[in-house]
Amino acid sequence: MKEQLQKDFNNSIKNLSLSQKDIEIKKFCLDNFLDKGFPSRKEEDWRFSDLNQIIKNNIGELSFYNDQASTNKVDTSVFVDGLEHNKIVFINGRIEKIDFDYEKKDQIEIIDQSETINEFKNSNSLSDLNNAFTKKCFKILVKKGYQLVKPLIIYHTTNSKIWSKNINLRLNFELDKDSSLRLIDLFNDTSEKNFLNIFYNFELKENAVLKNYKVDKLENKNIKYSFNNIDQDKNSISETFILSSGSNFSKNEINCNLNGIYASAFVNGVFSLNNDKHHEIRSIINHLTENTKSFQLIKSVLDESSKAVYQGKIFVNSDAQKTDGYQLSKAILLNKESEFNAKPELEIYADDVKCSHGSASGSLNEDSIFYLMSRGLSYQQSRELLINGFLLDVVEKITDSEIKNLIKNMIGIKE
Amino acid sequence: MDNRQKEINNLKDYKYGFSTDIENIQAPKGLNEDVIKFISNIKKEPTWMLEFRLKAFERFKVLKEPDWQKPKFPKIDYQDLYYYSAPKSMKDKPKSLDELDPKLLETYKKLGIPLQEQARLNGIAVDAVFDSVSVATTFKDELTKQGIIFCPISEAIQNHPELVKKYLGSVIPTSDHFFATLNSAVFTDGSFVYIPKGVRCPMELSTYFRINASNTGQFERTLIIADKGSYVSYLEGCTAPMRDENQLHAANVELIALDDAEIKYSTVQNWYPGDKDGKGGIYNFVTKRGLCKGKNSKISWTQVETGSAITWKYPSCILKGDNSVGEFYSIAITNNHQKADTGTKMIHLGKNTKSKIISKGISAGSSDMTYRGLVDISSKAKNSTNYTQCDSLLMGNKCGAHTVPYIKNKNSESNIAHEATTSKISEEQLHYCQQRGLNPEEAVGLIVNGFCKEVLQQLPMEFAVEAQKLVGISLEGSVG
Repeated sequence: MKEQLQKDFNNSIKNLSLSQKDIEIKKFCLDNFLDKGFPSRKEEDWRFSDLNQIIKNNIGELSFYNDQASTNKVDTSVFVDGLEHNKIVFINGRIEKIDFDYEKKDQIEIIDQSETINEFKNSNSLSDLNNAFTKKCFKILVKKGYQLVKPLIIYHTTNSKIWSKNINLRLNFELDKDSSLRLIDLFNDTSEKNFLNIFYNFELKENAVLKNYKVDKLENKNIKYSFNNIDQDKNSISETFILSSGSNFSKNEINCNLNGIYASAFVNGVFSLNNDKHHEIRSIINHLTENTKSFQLIKSVLDESSKAVYQGKIFVNSDAQKTDGYQLSKAILLNKESEFNAKPELEIYADDVKCSHGSASGSLNEDSIFYLMSRGLSYQQSRELLINGFLLDVVEKITDSEIKNLIKNMIGIKE
Repeated sequence: MDNRQKEINNLKDYKYGFSTDIENIQAPKGLNEDVIKFISNIKKEPTWMLEFRLKAFERFKVLKEPDWQKPKFPKIDYQDLYYYSAPKSMKDKPKSLDELDPKLLETYKKLGIPLQEQARLNGIAVDAVFDSVSVATTFKDELTKQGIIFCPISEAIQNHPELVKKYLGSVIPTSDHFFATLNSAVFTDGSFVYIPKGVRCPMELSTYFRINASNTGQFERTLIIADKGSYVSYLEGCTAPMRDENQLHAANVELIALDDAEIKYSTVQNWYPGDKDGKGGIYNFVTKRGLCKGKNSKISWTQVETGSAITWKYPSCILKGDNSVGEFYSIAITNNHQKADTGTKMIHLGKNTKSKIISKGISAGSSDMTYRGLVDISSKAKNSTNYTQCDSLLMGNKCGAHTVPYIKNKNSESNIAHEATTSKISEEQLHYCQQRGLNPEEAVGLIVNGFCKEVLQQLPMEFAVEAQKLVGISLEGSVG
């Protein structure tokens, strides 16, 4: 793999007009990655999902060089109907379209930040890989007091014309004071077996509101890793919803720093898996100052020999008095072969806090099925009804009603 | 001054902090094959035992000291320790208690462990381990009548080699982790218990461990075998003198429960915790593991951890037999600069197995406490259940309380439930108690005891009283 990395790296540098300094930084990142390699189960954060092994078994050798000279045709059929929205379209790792038609042009700024390197806390070797290979990196700045009229949908599309086996994406967002953004990530993958490595960085200023919905619904063979870093100032709110279902392997990481008082973070997730899928959500909520709040709810329904992992950590700094932290993960195992692993973690250094977590896993309640069947439903219907209700609980946590309905339709959950 | 106050004043400082001047025989400093041969030789062990030790030592040489734990400690120089220390008078073992060195007896009296008369009144059979050797075992005759074997493990190696050979290392093999392997290589003494088929042990069996000599590691090994249909309740207590340097205690405890047998293992751990500035104290790195080998067997761990500079242990249950039950009840209290990383592992292998974990952690001062646990339900463990509850209480903003549970469910017919909370003592509760005339410290003591009640109830009577007092004392000075 090392020669391939080096070769592809040289290729990709050649085509970019970078200053000597930038090249050195990218080289440094590459060397870091070469040194560490893909994370394996020897690392505590990856003990339930050995990425190194998963890539080896599913893809084999990766290639990294992605020629972005030619444009890809934007397939408009994937666009969401019935909801007016702004768009960013990524096709095979290349930004094809940025379109904020519904917004005031002077309130949103798109800044080319390709030279800057993101340094994430609580990150891993994949951020080095990302930094070494990302070409275009934009920062989307929502200016003071502006609240986007329509949601922004980011389409992540891969198709058979893809150049390399590995795609690295990076986007930065800054939400200035009193601004708000609704963001949906939609994955449409038709390519065969690639490794997607996505890094988002959000900076939320005072009173800013971010709602991020990640929807990975379409069946695909990809291996996906996504890292969200969220820095929150005073009184800001972040809401993250993850629907983890389509990819072969997927790991979503949320690292949220509550830096300002009264900041709050919500992370909700649904795993709905079958076949041999293996998905993970790992969240780290850092309560760094007093009067901050976090809430997490993760539910999984696992069929066939699928496997879900939830690692959630609530960290409370010694200054973060009056913290309110809550975390709950529940799983239903439908098949003998399915597996649920959880590591809900609390690390607390302040005494005046209210933190709790709960985790439960098991089979569908036979009594409930009996109850429904005695009222005339078939076994299959009762099962579906119970699962529907189980997952609805999480979807109901979505605060935006428009998007809530959209997501309900997408995953076929009835009220 | 009322009695309680007097008692508290009496106990305020670590009252077991004295050391006894007794001439010792020590093995040469350091760790090598010669030292292991020396230990084996002085204990007149058969060759298979020496081979067991050397095999472990071979393995130990390639192992690295683990570093994933939360409490960090300065590197231990394993060559700078004495691996064997015994009172000189023990070289030729006394035949009865009357022949014991009076100084030893005095030591145990100070510790409140009556080896002679009082023992008879209390009806607890005691095995006392002083530094590296077992010095006295009481009530032997009565137990022998029932066929129960309760003796130092060194004696068991001589007298019951077939049992020791069969079970020693069957739960904690010589190829286990760093400290367990070290113990397998150099263990000196400990208790051996065998309860024959269908026998319900008529009294509590108890061991008292004491580290006396300085620079000595204590490596004891306990092996308890409960044969089919038997029952035993076993207590363990530990103290050490106050010394400025840290001392290492790396024990191995193996429990084996066959069909329908039940073992209840209780620990009140009060090793010297170090002084207020965190100087000195014991490193308590213990491996405790129970195997529910037979059907319908049960192993229950209860622990009250108040001492030691660093406690790092996870008493575990391997639920291999169908319908077997594992329980873990724990109170861990850390104050000043103490650190604890403790919890349990419940490994479900058999069908219809059940486990329950109740853990209460209290941290005060500048201490740090971690609950770390594993619940693993394998794909064959149909219809198994686990319930886990771990609560932490924080006192002051310099301490930390952490929960790191690992939950693995590979069986769709099994259920796991886990709950954890972290909070502080509420102002209302304190106010309520104080309004009724308790001073703040008494109020905290009362509330904490209530917080721990679920676990304290699991202890045998005599220990429960001691533990309750200990809980109060460990938190002295943490309020206000």
